[in-house]
Amino acid sequence: MSSHTEQVEHIQHATTGTFSKIWVALLVLTAIEVYLCYIQLATVLMLTLLVGLSVIKAAMIIAYFMHLKFERFSLFLTLFPMLIFCILLMLIFLGDATRIPSMRPPS
Amino acid sequence: MSSHQVTAADTSAWGGGASPYATNSKKFGMWLFIISDALTFSVLLFAYTYCRVSNPDWPKPFDFFPSIIFSSVMTFCLLSSSLTMVMAVHSMNNGNRSSAAKWIMGTMAGGAAFVVLHGIEWSRLITHEHVTPGANPWGVPLFGATFFAITGLHMTHVIIGVIYLGIICQAVMRGKFKAEDVEVAGLYWHFVDLVWMFVFPLVYLMSANVNH
Repeated sequence: MSSHTEQVEHIQHATTGTFSKIWVALLVLTAIEVYLCYIQLATVLMLTLLVGLSVIKAAMIIAYFMHLKFERFSLFLTLFPMLIFCILLMLIFLGDATRIPSMRPPS
Repeated sequence: MSSHQVTAADTSAWGGGASPYATNSKKFGMWLFIISDALTFSVLLFAYTYCRVSNPDWPKPFDFFPSIIFSSVMTFCLLSSSLTMVMAVHSMNNGNRSSAAKWIMGTMAGGAAFVVLHGIEWSRLITHEHVTPGANPWGVPLFGATFFAITGLHMTHVIIGVIYLGIICQAVMRGKFKAEDVEVAGLYWHFVDLVWMFVFPLVYLMSANVNH
């Protein structure tokens, strides 16, 4: 393996079989999301489940399709903690959104 | 996460003269663009979700059949085009240019199918449900504004992606560009797919109208 040149270095990590498995897993998770939509849960519960499943799907796409799992960890550390932190800061406000409907004056 | 071997050059990765990420500058540039674009989309999607959760009267114009099934097929197109893109990068890494060009064309076909299906979905909303960016029959103008802003921006990304892949594809067929250029284009395409993985549940599935 150590004699590999720069161009061939990527190939050893993931095979086409792995990619196909990831693709099937993504389709299955999408099907679960559509099923959750079909059975119609309470708004906040459904939002949590859908976003949770989507984060798993996003992680699979980033790790395997976008190859980040096989890059140096320093690349991940440079890019993602900032992004995750900014998104979490926004989510602080989401609690307000869930309270607003119950704060309406009776009509 | 990485399994690279530590050499003398790696120990002083931050001392200058070495590549701290062991990646080329094009790829790192695309990653930086992707992260900033991800923030743009996450802000838009957060704003939509805030409006959706805080309004019990938020319109639900997407019937399970046909709208949700229709957008599920769109999701399938985009996910499959991501798989073909991975195959294109794989072929290119193996030095098989004609195979890579075919896979890239397959990816473009998936992206084009997505744009056409999305166009049909838009025209159905505009002509049948009378939703415009400024008004709709349910008296929640924010719905049209946020819906068309998010899906429109995403569709713009898909169209740009198809054009980008077209340029890469003809260059690959003519023997130009290296494997890393295809990989960078692939990063962009997977990001477009990734954004749809959030647009689909947050915009479509959260506003589905299911009659049991």
